[in-house]
Order: sequence, then structure tokens, then C-alpha cells
Amino acid sequence: MTQEGINDQAPATRNVVTFDLCGEVLAVPASQLREVLEPVRVTRVPGAPPFVAELVNVRGAVVPLADLRVPLKMPPGADGPEARILVLEIPLDGQEMVVGIRADTVHEVTRIGPADLEEIPTVGSRWPPRFVAAIGRWRGHFVTLPDLAAIFADFLAGPPGRAPSAGSSGLAPEPETT
Amino acid sequence: MMDEETLTLFRAEAGALVESLETSLLALKDRPNDRELIDSAFRDLHTLKGTGAMFGRADVASFLHDFETAFDRVRDGSMAVTPELVALSLSARDHVADLLRAGEPVAQDPAGQEILARLAALTDGAVPAPSAGPGPEPQGAWQVSFTLPPDTLALGGRPELVLEELRRIGARRIRARVAGIPPLEEIDPENLYLSWVAEIDASVTEDEIRGAFLFHEDGLDLRIEPPAPPSDGETSAAGPPEPKPALAPQRGTSLMRVPAERLDEMMDRVGELVIAEARLADLAARSRDPALMSVAEDIQRLATGMRDNTMSIRMTPIGAITPRFRRLVHDVSADLGKPLTLDLRGEETELDKTVIDRLTDPLMHLIRNAADHGLENTETRRALGKPETGRITLSAGYSGAEVLVTLSDDGGGIDRSRVRARAIERGLIPESVPENDEGLLKLIFEPGFSTAETVTKLSGRGVGMDVVRRSIEELRGTIDVASEAGRGTTITLRLPLTLAIIDGLLIEIGSERFVVPLAAVDEIVELPERHRDGESGNAFLDIRTSLVPFLRLRSLLRATGDPDPHQKVVIVTSGDDRIGLVVDRIVGNHQTVIKQLSPLHSGLKSFSGATLLGDGAVALILDVPNLVARGRGLAEETVEAA
Repeated sequence: MTQEGINDQAPATRNVVTFDLCGEVLAVPASQLREVLEPVRVTRVPGAPPFVAELVNVRGAVVPLADLRVPLKMPPGADGPEARILVLEIPLDGQEMVVGIRADTVHEVTRIGPADLEEIPTVGSRWPPRFVAAIGRWRGHFVTLPDLAAIFADFLAGPPGRAPSAGSSGLAPEPETT
Repeated sequence: MMDEETLTLFRAEAGALVESLETSLLALKDRPNDRELIDSAFRDLHTLKGTGAMFGRADVASFLHDFETAFDRVRDGSMAVTPELVALSLSARDHVADLLRAGEPVAQDPAGQEILARLAALTDGAVPAPSAGPGPEPQGAWQVSFTLPPDTLALGGRPELVLEELRRIGARRIRARVAGIPPLEEIDPENLYLSWVAEIDASVTEDEIRGAFLFHEDGLDLRIEPPAPPSDGETSAAGPPEPKPALAPQRGTSLMRVPAERLDEMMDRVGELVIAEARLADLAARSRDPALMSVAEDIQRLATGMRDNTMSIRMTPIGAITPRFRRLVHDVSADLGKPLTLDLRGEETELDKTVIDRLTDPLMHLIRNAADHGLENTETRRALGKPETGRITLSAGYSGAEVLVTLSDDGGGIDRSRVRARAIERGLIPESVPENDEGLLKLIFEPGFSTAETVTKLSGRGVGMDVVRRSIEELRGTIDVASEAGRGTTITLRLPLTLAIIDGLLIEIGSERFVVPLAAVDEIVELPERHRDGESGNAFLDIRTSLVPFLRLRSLLRATGDPDPHQKVVIVTSGDDRIGLVVDRIVGNHQTVIKQLSPLHSGLKSFSGATLLGDGAVALILDVPNLVARGRGLAEETVEAA
């Protein structure tokens, strides 16, 4: 699964939102962004895997809060003063699912054209290649566009013991993702 | 061509008529001499034909014409209701439903022609209905009683003109009923307290009688009893009249047809209102401003009223879906060659529209199963000395904030040894499980389980009871099975009254809050001193001489921090089982607007949903049946270990 348009044959210039997570610059398509929230009170979901261990109230809707540090194998970290929650709409199973993702800081909406894109290195990447939609350049930094649809679909379909549909013991601690 | 709105209206009306027709026809099968049913079938045919013609569906109108004629003959007693006529009328009803589904008038209609040819063959050889007596000449008189709405006078209506018209067409005797007149001091001169009873010459047609009420149709309660036949031995021999199912909304109540989506939308709005109200109450309580608190209380009262009202609008009697079950049993009986009856009880029991809608398929499946696998074939039943007609009973009733729906059959029961053998074969249980194990029957709800030896067209499709169970669980309900060899099987469904908003008990564990559905809460007790420091955690409480196992939610939910020195135990019930849930603090009642968990969390069985609290935080709703089942497992383990 790919994010729409990003690694098409002839990628058009796209608006993306850039943000920091664990010292890396990431970006998601601006078209998927619904809003950016200041840190709010979150609710822990006992028994849920660490990737989606919390819920948050977004204007009256209960929205799962995901932590991309888990699938991208970044060390866990605490929220800093600049921390934000990006509320996104992600295509999943033909439907739009609203999820929040954590960010250490949110930069700006910017344009990434075909010329800014880099090849995705097949080796030497810290991240599972199937989770990366594209790598580009922004203000002299590398910016990674994670393939969120693939990450969430992978989580839902995941191996036994990790997927939420696994077994009756929803309260048992689940193994770490990826 | 019709515009979309007209078309929708036509479809809705025609659909309702087709359903009502089916209900009458199926009831007629059992009570072929019931005048009211015959009239109702005729009325539906007549109106359907008229509606069809009015909306440009000449095909529907012309197809129905012959059936209307046939039922007119049934009405005047020159033809009897036979099982063949009912069966043929049912296929006509299906055919009309097909025609309507086509959306466009159908020019060539060979299927319809065939049905009509069979009808013609049937009516040619028709015999007069037994209840019509020796001859068709009508004797006696129509007994007409009617009540006009109380505000008739205030709105300028003139009841005396109705009486005059009745006299003109042949009323012999008109009496006023005065029982409704209140004491003098309570009389409102503009209110109409009288109602009337008239005897009208039998030569007058029903349409003529109805014509007299032409200008008073709104809110009119009109009952017309046909002229009594001279002797009525046939029908009176049938015993006391059965309670009649509600065929049509009672005349006199004005009804409004509203698209279901608007009700869904309204429920969503009410949910938002309840959440906003909780926020207001929270703010008001913090502000300690008496004026603000008083407004917040008013809003709370209004929001609660609004919630109850909206939910009551959405309540639908289970009778709304039972015609389909009657039809199913009729069809299955014919398919399998097994005589079957379906007993319905508690059809007036109401559930939320969504629950009713989503209950239809599982119940259809269960009924089909009962008919196909549950009930023995005729020869076996005869050999066993059972009545040849298999009986399936569907009953519904309230039990606290839940509705119990039970489906039982008087068939052979579930063969435990076969269930056990199959479960072992499928690796669902180890071979050590004894045959008298309590949980054995529940295995029929496991995925991929099916004990039918032959796969039949009706129910042996490999999917089955597990799908039923899942559908019921999605409705936050539970399913249970009991069976007695040779006596039959009973499946019990417990369903919540509503899926949208419930009363909840807000509890706290550490710094986290959770909601327990209040309907499941029996009582709350203090955790006895000796259990306070239990680390392994789980034991029994002695509550009024019964031992209740309890779960420490603190360890189950992996909460952090020290336990409250005065922990409480919330005793909850599901089905016949009770368990205690140990919590730190009871916060209070909470109007809980249920939000479904996203697919990312829907696999977590401990929670049935989430809700929003007054301060805007999200709280999870504990799934009591699931926790109770664990508590039970715990109790069994402990007993075994002891």
C-alpha cells in the first residue's frame, strides 16, 4: 500500500507537513492532516500494544493515538515542551480512519517536488523499507515520508499475538511491535 | 417519470402494504375464518392496487386486480380461505415485491401470468366459506361503532351531519354512548365526549358506510362489524379467540413516517448534547457560582429528558420483524416437508431500532437451524409419540435494562456426545473433557463448528452459530444455549435496550477512570480488611451467604500507584453469574454516550467502548460479560485447585 501520489510513476509536487520525531525529520501529506493539537489529556488503553496504547478526545470523537516511534524503531521518549499531536485521516480498508500521531515538534507545510525526492536506500536504512513511502530533502535535512497506510494495515493484519484480533486475552501485555 | 422524492414515498408506502399483506396472509393460514384478517388482506390488496395505479405502475395494479376480486369473493363468503389460496397469495405478494424492486413498469410478465392462471384455476373450483352459512343472502345488520376525536367540535366539525348521513344510507338504530362524559364540573363545552353505535341495514356496503365519515377521517376510531351470519358454529367451535397481533396502527393515533437516518442523526446530536452538558456541569461545579450551577442543573434535566425521549422514539417492537419469521417458518416447513408452527410471545417488547435491525439475520439463522437440525422429521416424531407438528417458540421480554429473547424448539435436543466428538476432532477441547462438562454445549458457537451430518440447502453452510454469536456480541449482547435430550433446545439472547447512551457508574483506579454500565451493577460493598493486601489478588467475598469471586481491576488493568486505603467492590451481574470488581474509588453516576473503539482497539475484549467525561477526557467502558466470564473461569480454577 502506498500513500496516494507520493511514489507514483510521475510524482507531482505535493504539500506535506514536516515534523520532528526523535531527532529525525518526518513528513506526511498535508491532505491527510485534519488538525494539530497541543498536548491534551490522553487515556491509556490497558492491554493495547505500545504502538496504539492511548486514546484522545478530538472535538467529541474518541481517536486512537499512535506512536510512530514503535514501528520506526526509535527509542521511546517523553513529551517535550514543543510536543504536538497531528490528527490525520488515513485510508484503511477503503475507509478513512482518524488517528492521532505524536510529534516532538511540528515545522510547517511545505512543497516537495519530484526534484527533492531521493531514492529509498535498500540497505543501510534503520527503518523497515515497506514503511517508507519516500525520502526527500528539506532545508538541507533528509525528510522521510512514512507510509502510514502501510504501517496501520500491517499492524491490523499483523502476526498472531500482536494483532488486536488475537485471542481472548486482550488484557495480556502484547509483545512489542516489529 | 416520477421524481426521486415521489418514488421514495411510493416505495415506502408500497413496501409497508406488502409487509402488512404478508402478515395478514400468514395469520389467515391459521385462522382462515377471521373476518378481520380477510378484510385486512383485502384492504391491503385494494390500497396497493390503487397506489400502484396512482404512481404509474399499471403492471402492479393489473396484476393485483384478480387477487382483489378473489378476496372480495372471500369477503362475501362465496369462497373459502384454503392453504392453496394463502400459498398462492404469498407468491403473488412476492411477485409484487419483485415488480416494485424493478423500479420501472414491467411490460412482459410471464411469472405474473402464471400466478394468475393458477389463481383462476383455484377460484373456478372454489367452495363457499363454511362460516358464510347456508346461503349468501345477508341477514342482520352491520354493527358500526365510532368515536370522533375530542377536538372535533373545537375544530368546527359537526357530528350530527355524520348521524344524518348514516340515517340516509340505512341506519336502523343509532345510540350514543355516554360513559365517557365526565362529572359536570369537569366538562369542557368544546370537547366531544360522546361516541356512537349504529345498526345499519345489511344491504348497505362497507364502502358506503365508510363514505359517511369522509370528512372525519383524521383521528377517527371506526369499528365496523359485518352482518352476523345466521349460525356461526364453525368459528365458535374454534375456541376462545386468540389475541390478535397488531395488524395496523390503531386508528385514532396520528402517525408520521420519518426516514430512519434522521433518527440516527438525532441520536448523535443528543449524544453531543449529553457530553456538552457534562462539561457544563463540570465547569459550573468548579466555578461555585450558584446561578451558573442552577442553569447547569436545568440543562442537565432537559438533556436527560431529551435523551429519554429520543431513545423512546427509536424503540421498535420486536413484532416489527416477526412477520419475516412467520414467513420463514412457512417456507421452511414447505421445503423440508415438516409441519411446523411458530409461536411468538412478547412481540410488543421494544428494543432500539438498530438492535432490532441487526437482530433479524441472527434470528433467521437460529430459526432455520431449529427447523432444520433441531426438529426431528415427522416419522421420528410420530415414533417418539410427539405431536407431528414441530413447535418453535420465539419469546421476548424485559429483564432489568436488558431484553431476553429466547428461541426454543421441542426437537431432539443437542447431542452432547457428538458435540464433544466434533470438538475434539477440531482440536477445540482436549480429550480429557468429560461428557457432562458444563461448557460443552457452548462449543457450538465456536468458529467452524457444525454438527449436522448432512449439509443441507438451508443451514449447513459451515458458517453458523459462530456468526450468530459474533452478531450478538457486536450488539453488546450475550448468547447462551441449553438443551435437554429428546425435549428440545433453548437459545437465550440477552441484549441491551440501546446501543447509544447508557447510565454508567464512573469508577477510579489509581488516577484512571473507567465506566461500568449501571444496569450490570448489583451493589457496592467495602473491600473487607483481610483482602486488602492480597497480592496474588483473587479470592471470594462472602456476600449474604453466597460466595462471590472477585477480580482486582488494579492488577488486571495494570494500574500504577498505591491502592486506596478504602477500596470498594462493585458487584456486577451477567446472566446468572455475579462477580466483584475491586476498584479504588466510586466517582458517581455518569450519562455514558457510547463511542465505538476504532479497528485498532476493537480486539480488546475487556472494553465494550469508550466515552467522554465532563472534563473532556476519554474513559473506557468495561465489558461486564467478558469480565464475569473471566471471574467464572477463576472460580473454577480455584475450586479445582482446592
